[in-house]
Amino acid sequence: MAERARQKAGEVDARVAAGEAGSLAGTILAVKDLIVMKGGRVTCGSRILADFVSPYDATVVERLEAQDAVIIAKTNMDEFAMGSSNENSHFGAVRNPHDRQRVPGGSSGGSCAAVAAGMVTAALGSDTGGSIRQPAAFCGVVGLKPTYGRVSRYGLVAFASSFDQIGPIAQTVQDAGDLFRAMAGHDPKDSTSAQLAVPVLDEHSGEKIKGLRIGLPKEYFADGLAADIRTAIDQLVARLAADGAEIVDVSLPHTEYAIAAYYIITTAEASSNLARYDGARYGYRAEQSDSLEEMYVRSRSEGFGEEVKRRIMLGTYVLSAGYYDAYYRKAQQVRTLVRRDFEQAFTVCDCLLTPTTPTTAFKLGEKTADPLNMYLSDVYTVSVNLAGLPAMSVPCGVDSANLPLGVQIIGNAFDETTVLKLGRHIEQSRVER
Amino acid sequence: MAITIAQVEQVARLAKLQFDSEEKKRMAEQLNLIVDYVEKLNELDTSEVAPTAHILNLTNVLREDSVEPSLSPEEVLQNAPRQNNSHFSVPRVIKEL
Repeated sequence: MAERARQKAGEVDARVAAGEAGSLAGTILAVKDLIVMKGGRVTCGSRILADFVSPYDATVVERLEAQDAVIIAKTNMDEFAMGSSNENSHFGAVRNPHDRQRVPGGSSGGSCAAVAAGMVTAALGSDTGGSIRQPAAFCGVVGLKPTYGRVSRYGLVAFASSFDQIGPIAQTVQDAGDLFRAMAGHDPKDSTSAQLAVPVLDEHSGEKIKGLRIGLPKEYFADGLAADIRTAIDQLVARLAADGAEIVDVSLPHTEYAIAAYYIITTAEASSNLARYDGARYGYRAEQSDSLEEMYVRSRSEGFGEEVKRRIMLGTYVLSAGYYDAYYRKAQQVRTLVRRDFEQAFTVCDCLLTPTTPTTAFKLGEKTADPLNMYLSDVYTVSVNLAGLPAMSVPCGVDSANLPLGVQIIGNAFDETTVLKLGRHIEQSRVER
Repeated sequence: MAITIAQVEQVARLAKLQFDSEEKKRMAEQLNLIVDYVEKLNELDTSEVAPTAHILNLTNVLREDSVEPSLSPEEVLQNAPRQNNSHFSVPRVIKEL
C-alpha cells in the first residue's frame, strides 16, 4: 500500500513537471476497506476477510489513479458495511474527531473521520442506506451518494446489490464533485452501471440558484428531529428563499415504511451475497473440521460478527418458504410506493432538502444493545436508496454541544448536477456569512 | 407471529450458522423485535402494486462473447486456505464405509 502510494506520487510529480497532470493531481485519498486494490488487503472490517489480498483493482481505483489521485490508506468500517456507528468492526471502533466519546457514524465512519481530521484530502465510502451521508453529517464533512448505476460497483464487496453505491467524502463540495466526475460513467465490468454520459456542466459555474424549486418533505420535519437541527435547517431555508430559490412544501407519505422495507430487502440480498464466505476458496477457514458441512458452518460462525449474523438470519428468514410473500415481496411492493412518492414530488420541485440525521453524533455504546433503535437512526437516508436517487449531506453548522450537523439534498435520478450546485451554494453562503 | 427457538435453529441451518443456547435465545428475542416492527408494512394495501426488484429497469445486458485476459490460476488461488495441484482443497466429502 505505502509502496504503491510512493510510486504513484513519484509518477504524479513527473507528470506535473511535464505539464501533463491529471485532474486530481495533488489529491490524497483514503479508501473504505471494502473497495479492492490489487496486492492490498481488503478486510471489510471482518475477521472472515482479515487476511484477504485482492488480485485486482476496483474500477473506481483505476479511474481515480488515472487522474493522478494518490491513495494512501484503507479506512475502518462497520463489518460488511452493516452498521450506523462504526462499532461493528472486527478491528475496533472508530471515534469521532469532534468528540472522541462519540461515534463517527457508519458504516463509512473511518473514511469520514479521516477527512474530518484532515488526514487526507478526501475519501471513498459506500452507501447502502446512508453509510456515506450519515457519518458525513456526524463528522462535519461532505458526502455524496450518486444515483444507483452512476458509478461502477466492480471491485466493491457486495452488501445489498440493488442498493450499494460508491461515492466521495470530502472537505468541500467542489472536491466531492471532482471525484464524482472522475469515477462516474459506464463500466462494461458492471452490467448495472448506466449507459449515460456523465454531466460536464459543473456546479462551480457561478450559476445562481434563483428560481430553483426546493421541496421540503413534511415527513422529514416531524417528531423525533432534534430541535437544534430543525432550527439550523429553518434558518438555511430562509436564506435560500432570500437568495431566490422557490421553497415548495411536498409530502412523501410512505416515508414511515421505508426502514421496514429497507431492512427486509437488504438483509435478503445480504444473506445471498454473503453465502460466498464459506472457507473453501478464500477467507477464514475453521481448521480441523471433520466434514465439508462442518467447515462451512464453523468458518462462518467464527468468522462473522454479531450484527452480520443477525442480518444473515433475518434475510434468510424473510426469504424462506412460507414467508417470502409476506415479507420479501411485500417489501418490494412498498419499495415501488416509496419510488412513486419521489416521482410525484419531482413533478413540482427540482430537488429536496431535508436533515441528514434526526440527531447529531451519539455516544459510543449508546445504541449497541438495541439493534432496532440503531436501525432507526437511518430514518432520513434509507428512502433515497430504495428509490436509487442521488443525495448529498453538506455541513450545516453545529448544535448547542458544538457537534456538526448535516443537511441532505436529494436529486432526481441522474441529476447529481443540481445536487452539487445547491450544495456548493449552501457551502459558499456559510463561508460568506 | 413470534419466532421460536426451533425456528431460529431451522433458519440457522439454512444460513449455515450455529449458535449456542444463549445466542439462540438472544437471536430469537432480537429477530422478534425486528419482525414485529416490519409487520408495519401490513398497514398498506399493496394488492395492486408491482414489486420493484431493481430501480434501473435493465433487462439482459449482453455483450459480444470475446476472449479477454482474466486472472491467472496462481492469482485465483492466492487466497485459498488450502490448495492441492491448482485446486481448492476441502475436507473429505465422501464418507468411508
